Amino acid sequence: MKRVALLGMPNTGKSTLFNRLTGSQARVGNWPGVTVDLATARVLVGGHMVELVDLPGLYDLHGFSEDELVARHFLEAARVDAIAVVLNASQIDRQLALALQLKALEVPTLVLLNMADEARRYGIEIDVERLGTGIGLPVAAISARFGTGVPEALAKLAHLLDTAPHPREASVRAALAEDHRREEEIEALLRDSVVVPERLSEQASDRIDRVVLHPWFGLPLFFLAMLAVFQAVFWLGSPMQGGVEALFEAVRRLALEPALAPLPVLLRGLLLDGVWAGMGTVAAFVPLIVVFFFFLAAVEDSGYLSRAAFLTDALMARLGLDGRAFVMLLMGFGCNVPAIMGTRVMRDRPMRLLSMLTIPMSLCSARLQVFVFIAAAVLAPARAPWVLFGLYVMSFAAVIVTALLFRGRFASAEPFVIELPPYRMPTMRQVWMRGWVEVKHFLRRATKFIFLGVIAVWLLTHLPSGAAPAGPDTIAGWIGSAMQPVLGPLGIDEKLAVALIFGFVAKEVVIGAFAVIYGLEGDALAAGLAQSMDWVAATSFMLFTLIYTPCLSTVATLRSESRSLGFTTLAVAWPLALAWAASFAFYQGMRALGF
Amino acid sequence: MTVRLPLSELAPGDRGVIAAVDGPEGLRKRLAALGFRAGRAVVMMRRGSLCGPLHVRLGTTDVALRPAEAAGVSLRPTETAGVSLLPAVAPAT
Repeated sequence: MKRVALLGMPNTGKSTLFNRLTGSQARVGNWPGVTVDLATARVLVGGHMVELVDLPGLYDLHGFSEDELVARHFLEAARVDAIAVVLNASQIDRQLALALQLKALEVPTLVLLNMADEARRYGIEIDVERLGTGIGLPVAAISARFGTGVPEALAKLAHLLDTAPHPREASVRAALAEDHRREEEIEALLRDSVVVPERLSEQASDRIDRVVLHPWFGLPLFFLAMLAVFQAVFWLGSPMQGGVEALFEAVRRLALEPALAPLPVLLRGLLLDGVWAGMGTVAAFVPLIVVFFFFLAAVEDSGYLSRAAFLTDALMARLGLDGRAFVMLLMGFGCNVPAIMGTRVMRDRPMRLLSMLTIPMSLCSARLQVFVFIAAAVLAPARAPWVLFGLYVMSFAAVIVTALLFRGRFASAEPFVIELPPYRMPTMRQVWMRGWVEVKHFLRRATKFIFLGVIAVWLLTHLPSGAAPAGPDTIAGWIGSAMQPVLGPLGIDEKLAVALIFGFVAKEVVIGAFAVIYGLEGDALAAGLAQSMDWVAATSFMLFTLIYTPCLSTVATLRSESRSLGFTTLAVAWPLALAWAASFAFYQGMRALGF
Repeated sequence: MTVRLPLSELAPGDRGVIAAVDGPEGLRKRLAALGFRAGRAVVMMRRGSLCGPLHVRLGTTDVALRPAEAAGVSLRPTETAGVSLLPAVAPAT
């Protein structure tokens, strides 16, 4: 099997190409000498079975960011048969440098000129044949988004592999000395094979930017856009959610209950009320997550997220963070785990740790599930959206407090220099693929946690045998009572305390736990919850759930990304303290005001 | 003797030609990869409110950077972007 490394600067469509070539077959794996997981997939190229490795985006083979180090170490440690480097054709003037750096490694290299359509819109003409001759490497023009030119590019890659010598480690260091000579070479190549118009026409992106990056309207527009996305997620997701719930209830009534009737009571209870109820709870929230990630992918692909970084940098700089941290916080509203992994784009370790400390405060989709459920069950329809909106505001507030408190400890000198790519219409294929991969990833991780969590809850709420389910005599009841001196002042009773304990496993377990603790499901569970707490207690509970301790997957990611047990401990302990303080202030304050 | 002006001082809509890029090595490499090289034309598209980042354009590349980072890029103010391969578009005001 041959190994091909896919390389390119950020915003060149490298990942789009990787997705197009590999479908959703990609897996992540460990590599010797490399500190992060890299996506790989097997693809048939001509007669060769190729292991395609997607390396992180890099600007400079000799750069200092973590991603650049990863790419360099990979090339030095892993034997590659060939390199495919993706260049943005409309920015060829500055991207050729990377191709020339790679050429110096003396590994067979294919240059892929992506976004040729965008370059044409600028009036940039590239003579691909001449460029290939001039640079001394095979060159192919492609559109990763629409797939044009990709078969021809693969044919060129196959030809490259046919004639490739035995793979060896590249010696990046030896190639370093050559850097300064390259500028003249680039100028010559550009003069020879690239035609650039005297004056570039005004692009659609300029007109959009004039509105979207407006000094006064930019930020309000950004917050409005985010609010609209969340509204749309509910509007689309809720009916689908109802459908899935109904399906699970029907299967239980028509198939499972008759089939499991002969089993002993305890085992039947475990299977129906533990396993099946838990699975149904997970499944009912899948539509919401699907819709959420479709929207997030669309916003991300459009190029708007880097504008969000531009708009928010002035605020973030005061927090000791930068606009990229804000973008990652936004990603955190989908799921904290990829957001924490995404902080790798920040080259400065202190700032990266500070963002990793703040991201778990982002109201992720798992917490949203819990809040939507409780809000629908307990709060008046007129009040529910405001409480949900308030929780988002509190989420930002928790981020700000955390950043301000810890910015001295994680002081940074990280430069803020990012590209603002032109706006691009997201393709359905990309949005679908991204959404689907995220959902698959979420389900794989969530299902395991929720499954174990819900069974654990069922056991704790039903043992010792003979005790009333989830009653004060069960193990869970004992724990809930023991926590009362701490949680009582927050308006969190014994039953809710038990649900919180299982929220440590994964936030979404909280609802699965409700189903078992109250012994109710669906509408009955909603009614049961509404009886046991008023809106102040419910909001206090949601506030606590929002901030207290990241879920187990997030903690695991914090540990693996920070490689520091001390930092991980801080990232678990600090939110717990902040959550208690916030809920205490809210609950006691509201009660004092007479609510 | 040419008068040098830091990029961070440019007003929205103004353009200049880069004379030199100074700063720590990591920053210089990143700026070079994004197209900040001596002789290239650069246009100030807009300045972020609240002393926020600057939006500058080099050829077909748009970059956002903080004033502190832009201060290391010095310019020769000029009306024509003679040496640049990719003349930048003048932003509408």
